[in-house]
Amino acid sequence: VSVDDAVTSRPAPEVTKHAAPFWAAARERRLVIQHCPKCGQYQHYPRPWCTNCLNDNLEFVESPGFGSIYTFTVIRRAANPAFAGRVPYVLAFVDLDEGVRFVSNIVDCDPDAIAIGQRVQARFEDVDDEHTVVLFAPVA
Amino acid sequence: VTSITARPAIAGIAEVPPMRDPGDATAMDLVLEVARDAMLDAGLTPKDLDGLLLAPNFAGAPVTVSSMVSDYLTVRPAYCDVVDLGGATAAGMVWRAATAIEAGACSAVLCILAEAPDRRPGARSASWEGLPGAQWDRSFGPMGANSGYALAAMRHTYEFGTTAQQRAKVAVDQRTNACANPAAQFYDRPITIDDVLASPLVCDPLHLLEIVMPCSGATAFVVARADIARDAPHPAVSVRGFGEQTTHSSLASLPDVTRTGIIRSAGHAFETAGLTPADVDLLSLYDCYTITVIITLEDAGFCAKGDGGPFVADHDLTYKGDLPCNTHGGQLSYGQAGLAGGASHVTEAVVQLRGAAGDRQVADCGLAFVNGNGGILSEQCSLVLERIDT
Repeated sequence: VSVDDAVTSRPAPEVTKHAAPFWAAARERRLVIQHCPKCGQYQHYPRPWCTNCLNDNLEFVESPGFGSIYTFTVIRRAANPAFAGRVPYVLAFVDLDEGVRFVSNIVDCDPDAIAIGQRVQARFEDVDDEHTVVLFAPVA
Repeated sequence: VTSITARPAIAGIAEVPPMRDPGDATAMDLVLEVARDAMLDAGLTPKDLDGLLLAPNFAGAPVTVSSMVSDYLTVRPAYCDVVDLGGATAAGMVWRAATAIEAGACSAVLCILAEAPDRRPGARSASWEGLPGAQWDRSFGPMGANSGYALAAMRHTYEFGTTAQQRAKVAVDQRTNACANPAAQFYDRPITIDDVLASPLVCDPLHLLEIVMPCSGATAFVVARADIARDAPHPAVSVRGFGEQTTHSSLASLPDVTRTGIIRSAGHAFETAGLTPADVDLLSLYDCYTITVIITLEDAGFCAKGDGGPFVADHDLTYKGDLPCNTHGGQLSYGQAGLAGGASHVTEAVVQLRGAAGDRQVADCGLAFVNGNGGILSEQCSLVLERIDT
């Protein structure tokens, strides 16, 4: 795999133990969301217990990764040198259909054509040999 | 029922105004300078103080920051704490100090906030394990607060049709105020709405002139029992109402990014004051970005939700206007000295209520609403401050 010289690797996430299953699934190109079998709440980011009913025996369930853009911004000056080769790029809050919100980038798009409410689907990008992040791209 | 005059009051204030280059001054240098000036302004000495509240970010401060600063100042506080509310820290200090005084814990509390570059090697590299942003945000290239407020502004535009011209009006009126304040960073540089719109887009929809400029500087103030404040050299400014709410660290955790903790903090402030927004003579609203002022006006009840854009377009926010707001220039034009930036909204309210604002004095200014905002709309603290006529 050749990497464009101008696009350097993203900073890797600092993984906490509660969220390790999420990152392990992303590595396998699966999107999982924490779910409480007792009260039915989905929550993201993962925590050691359900913020609705305090149940500490939670599961991760697989999501098809469809959602809508809740809000976004186009970043035109890179604050972090790792993103200098990516400007302009879209930083967005994506509301998955399960009702949880992700911070991510909208990729494979014209940044100036992005709109709130636009439908998107998850995709995956390897950051390094250990970490894969979840990105989103517009769907027709 | 406690009478107005018996309420704790702000008895002294001091500032090291925002500066781009503090030279070799450390944060501790600024702390000592501004603490002395605040005591002089209040007519008090260290032995008169029995409370100390500090902002958390003194460069290189160890965990026992309260005793360290107490030692330097030779204050022996019966009440001390570090208040950790980002840009809402100063407002948070005011009501904490007033409440401690009303509870009888102490009688005069010195509050200090300072910002200077930390020049120690590696000083800025530390991150705290478990900070949500380090796991869930940073791989996607956020631009700190800029992108956070841009995300809120974009949603505000989507829901309510708020325009760039309306947001720019906030920056322009505040610049007019700064041009009447020699201590402001942008004292002699008036701008127009076109200037704001022509400045570079940094994070859509925010332009460069809608964004604060980081500075160094410091603020201190003394909150004192009513009788002590009454005997101080300047008119006392009583803490008539207060409210606070912290809602999130990551903006993604706020379900509706256009509806903030200000609804609670300002609601409680007006309720405890027994007043409404219509009673206010001066607004002093945390303004890290233009959108922050618009959201604050809505959530504090000065206009209906979503009407903030037309509201700022229809009102004159200058010191000469029908709705004086951020008469020192706001942080956008005065400068943002770290956490002391949020303190400038408290000190400007006190200066105006004292009638000591000079060229930018608001006529008949008796009641001020102050809002402090931290993080990405994360921490909110609201105050209703009132001049005591003796």
